[in-house]
Amino acid sequence: MPSKFKRALLLLAVVAMLPASLYGCTGGTDPSQSPTASAQSGESSDHGNSVTVGIAQDLDSLDPHKAVAAGSTEVLFNIFEGLVKASSDGGVREAVASDYQVSEDGLTYTFTLREGVTFHNGDPVTVEDVVYSLERCAGSENDGTPLISAFSNVTGIEAPDDTHVVITLAEPSLEFIYSLTAGIIPAGSGDGIAQNPVGTGPFAFVSYTPQDSLVMEKNENYWGEPAHLDQVTFRIITNSDTLVMSLQSGSLDMAIHVPNTQASQVEGQFTVVEDTMKLVQALYLNNAVEPFDDVRVRQALCYAIDVQQIIDFVCDGAGVPVGSTIYPAFTKYYMEELTQAYPYDVEKAKQLLSDAGYPDGFTMDITVPGNYAQHVQTGEVIAEQLKAVGITANIVQVEWETWLSQVYQDRDYQSTVCGVSASDMTAREMLIRYVSDYQNNFINFNDAEYDQAVTDGITTLDEAEQETLYKRAETILSEQAASVWLQDLCDLTVMSPDLDGLILYRTYVLDMSTIYYK
Amino acid sequence: MRKKNWYLTLGLVLTVLSVGYSALGLFWTPYSSTAMSGPDRYALPSLAHPFGCDHMGRDVFSRTLEGASATLTIALAVVVIGFVAGLVIGALCGYYGGVADAVIMRLCDAVAAFPSVLLGLVILAITGPGKYNVIAALGILFIPSFARLTRGEFLKYRDRDFVKAARLMKVSPLRIIFRHILPNTWPVLLSGLTIGFNNAVLAEASMSYLGIGVGPGDTSLGRMISEAQSYFTTAPWLVLFPALVTILLILGAGMLGEGIRERLGER
Amino acid sequence: MAKTICKRLGLLVVTLLLVTFLAFLAFSILPGDPTHSILGLNATQEQIDTLRAQLGLDLPLWQRYFNWLAGLFTGNLGTSYNYDMPVGQLLAGRVGVTATLAGLAFVLIVVISIPLGILCARYEGGVVDRVLTVLNQITMSIPNFLLGFLLTFLFSLVLRWFVVGSFSAATAQGIGDWLGYLFFPALAIALPKAAMTVKMLRSSILGEMKEDYVRTAYSKGNSKGAVLWRYALRNAMIPVITFLAMTIADIVAGSIVVEQVFAVQGIGQMLVTSIGNRDYPVVQAIVAFIALIVVVCNFAADALYRVMDPRLRQR
Repeated sequence: MPSKFKRALLLLAVVAMLPASLYGCTGGTDPSQSPTASAQSGESSDHGNSVTVGIAQDLDSLDPHKAVAAGSTEVLFNIFEGLVKASSDGGVREAVASDYQVSEDGLTYTFTLREGVTFHNGDPVTVEDVVYSLERCAGSENDGTPLISAFSNVTGIEAPDDTHVVITLAEPSLEFIYSLTAGIIPAGSGDGIAQNPVGTGPFAFVSYTPQDSLVMEKNENYWGEPAHLDQVTFRIITNSDTLVMSLQSGSLDMAIHVPNTQASQVEGQFTVVEDTMKLVQALYLNNAVEPFDDVRVRQALCYAIDVQQIIDFVCDGAGVPVGSTIYPAFTKYYMEELTQAYPYDVEKAKQLLSDAGYPDGFTMDITVPGNYAQHVQTGEVIAEQLKAVGITANIVQVEWETWLSQVYQDRDYQSTVCGVSASDMTAREMLIRYVSDYQNNFINFNDAEYDQAVTDGITTLDEAEQETLYKRAETILSEQAASVWLQDLCDLTVMSPDLDGLILYRTYVLDMSTIYYK
Repeated sequence: MRKKNWYLTLGLVLTVLSVGYSALGLFWTPYSSTAMSGPDRYALPSLAHPFGCDHMGRDVFSRTLEGASATLTIALAVVVIGFVAGLVIGALCGYYGGVADAVIMRLCDAVAAFPSVLLGLVILAITGPGKYNVIAALGILFIPSFARLTRGEFLKYRDRDFVKAARLMKVSPLRIIFRHILPNTWPVLLSGLTIGFNNAVLAEASMSYLGIGVGPGDTSLGRMISEAQSYFTTAPWLVLFPALVTILLILGAGMLGEGIRERLGER
Repeated sequence: MAKTICKRLGLLVVTLLLVTFLAFLAFSILPGDPTHSILGLNATQEQIDTLRAQLGLDLPLWQRYFNWLAGLFTGNLGTSYNYDMPVGQLLAGRVGVTATLAGLAFVLIVVISIPLGILCARYEGGVVDRVLTVLNQITMSIPNFLLGFLLTFLFSLVLRWFVVGSFSAATAQGIGDWLGYLFFPALAIALPKAAMTVKMLRSSILGEMKEDYVRTAYSKGNSKGAVLWRYALRNAMIPVITFLAMTIADIVAGSIVVEQVFAVQGIGQMLVTSIGNRDYPVVQAIVAFIALIVVVCNFAADALYRVMDPRLRQR
């Protein structure tokens, strides 16, 4: 795939800038290169085989069923496991379950529990724990409102014997399996799980201090490949300049989601691993308000905005363009050709604008959430580019919470620059949000053919048909210029040159179990 | 013979320079402050771009010109609001005292104790982003400190003999406050004024840093510095020049205030 | 005397009520909803409504305020929406951090500024005075976040005197660890304020030196230094004390930014995050706490006036 090739090239470029001794040691994406043998050999004593990782955002909850922020789920991945867990290729692999079968009609899932899985407190995992956890996700402790929305599709959770759990669905869904990465917790934990997080993962929880740190240690009784590190501390450092200085001063061994500006300060001293953020950054247009209720105006904006310049200016060239709402990590559905649908063309944009009745352009507001420097800067570049077609864009910087209320919830805006991602790692979630009556269709997109394609695609059991329908839906979003699709931003992980073994996932996972000291 | 007023001369020169610089930014900049250019990204200072270019290839010189005028406008407006309101409140409270004084001072305490981040956000929510929300938020926040300062001075003078004498001569209270006491308080108030100006410039920068300052469409020195800080090791000129202009602005006002104070003191 | 203290305490309570009510008012003006950060972006309206009822957010403003006040009098500051933890427990460690930071900054301000201010006034117009005045002005004109950044860069990355990012109230070993790290953020807060205090003190002393009583002192054959120390300084300190008392509020406000730059987990950082998350019980508690400090310091300044200025004492 060309875009992947490009990413590989960029990765190479980063590696090339490092001292020769580091060459080739950058984290790869191939989990088969497990570093077990070398990990045992070269352990130096000064770091005590523990790692401190800088994270910019505090965890929103330690409850695996209530944590919603991507920054929390990627950390909790190390502590909790579901019946299945995310694998680095974008699919799932068995975890607490050793095996599962799906019935022909796609409505019944039968899981076989793995033998010898124990919680961090030493108790073996039983079917009662599994049923309890799944029922909790379905809302058993919360007046029936599911804690995880995909569980509204669940009609039954039963344990016919001591080793099997059967889940039945109301409607078939090829993507339901991804929801079963929801953590298995001891029966009866209740909301206390947030204070005392007990799971089955490769690391066990030690302590958490809000806005300060989370400490976890190696789970010696892990059922699978044990972790290499004895202890991992996540330190919350909100200021990205401080994050980088903390790396340089030695208080951090690793930092994730480092903005490219800051990462470039430590190039050469540290290993910088590049990935994408797994989100779609776009100039989202409110399709229900003037002038964006006219498809010609929306298309004009697509022509008037030079995506490559945005990537160059804001991300130092390191983002991956997207042409619709599916980002490249969804290898199956990503359509690279759509990035070419609207090549930069000022004349064409002007023509479309005058066809739509705006020969002299107009004035518009671009609302940007102020806590994301990349979105703010993207807004600045767009405002400058739009001047060429006579559009005056005012950038309205708002605080994140205000953005959520005004833009995302009340849809009281004209256009906004932000990133949209799929919290449950399915293409379904990226597409369903633009179905006309979907509750979070914040751009007010309304297209009957699109609605049909997405609805059919969600319920079909034929994978090939699903792919066709999803791609059709993506194409409609591009043809209708639902928004000005920009890029999947780059995501940089900075690690001490002594560390290796980072495996990049296609979803929000930071797997610390494979990290080791060289 | 009067000795040479070193501060006044230096202050005047610097102020004329910095105000002139800011005024220039209102009317003219060599480039558009938002014009971007790929090849000029991180350009070093040169003849074409005396202060270099930033991460988007924007001319830093043009941006400091425009930023200085925005910062100066904000700081002046804030100081005028805070000083005038604070002076009146402080003078009346200090001179009369009593219950009204106690109540108003408590209100001032309440405002002074209120976190500026929260106040900034509230005003941002009411007025929307731009220069005016910064002016309003900081203006309100600056009143209590001026009021306290003035009140403290008035407390010091209200029972002095010259005030008592004026009262006996049935001079109107307002006249006593503004003609008899106020001139004596100028040395302290002037220092307060220059410190206030200084604080206003810094507070504008802090608000930009916290994301509640002037919006991305506008330029201000504070916003430039807070943005440029991240490039400190790779492109230090991005932070150096706006910082120098800020220093010039504050230094000029500070020296001028010092000079005027000296002049008043001699009379 | 007892009556005066009662009156003072009464006024203190009034101020605190005012501040906390203003904070409640602020919440009702600010857009946003605490349920967002708890439930995430994909929550349904039912989920949001259920949670709002659970948190008591569906009650009218005044009722919430009185509930909060009632809780306050029973020592219950409420429960953080986000951390699902009693606010008192959440803030316990942080209050100490910020108090230490602010205290250290205050001490630094006094230690740096009083001698320098006197020095400048004593040798007014001399080389020392002029150099210090210009240096002062430059220190005053650097925004605190930039100063913090520069100090971190210098002391942590170049000189390696402290390890930025290593401060953790949770794991700190004793007061030495705290002071060793907090000295640097305290310096970042103190430097500009110290510069302003020097300026203030200098001009205040120079103002006093022209008063009649000073002339009388001169005529009695006192030297300039003696006049300054024995007569002028005492009166000159009055506006400086006002200024220092007001500085406390600035120090606490400054710590909001500086805590972020130095990755210190104090209440300033907590305040910013909690406002962002609309975690009102936490914000409310912090606002009340800051207000308490500011108000107490202003009272202390008023009391000091009376000690310093005999004319006020008589009345």
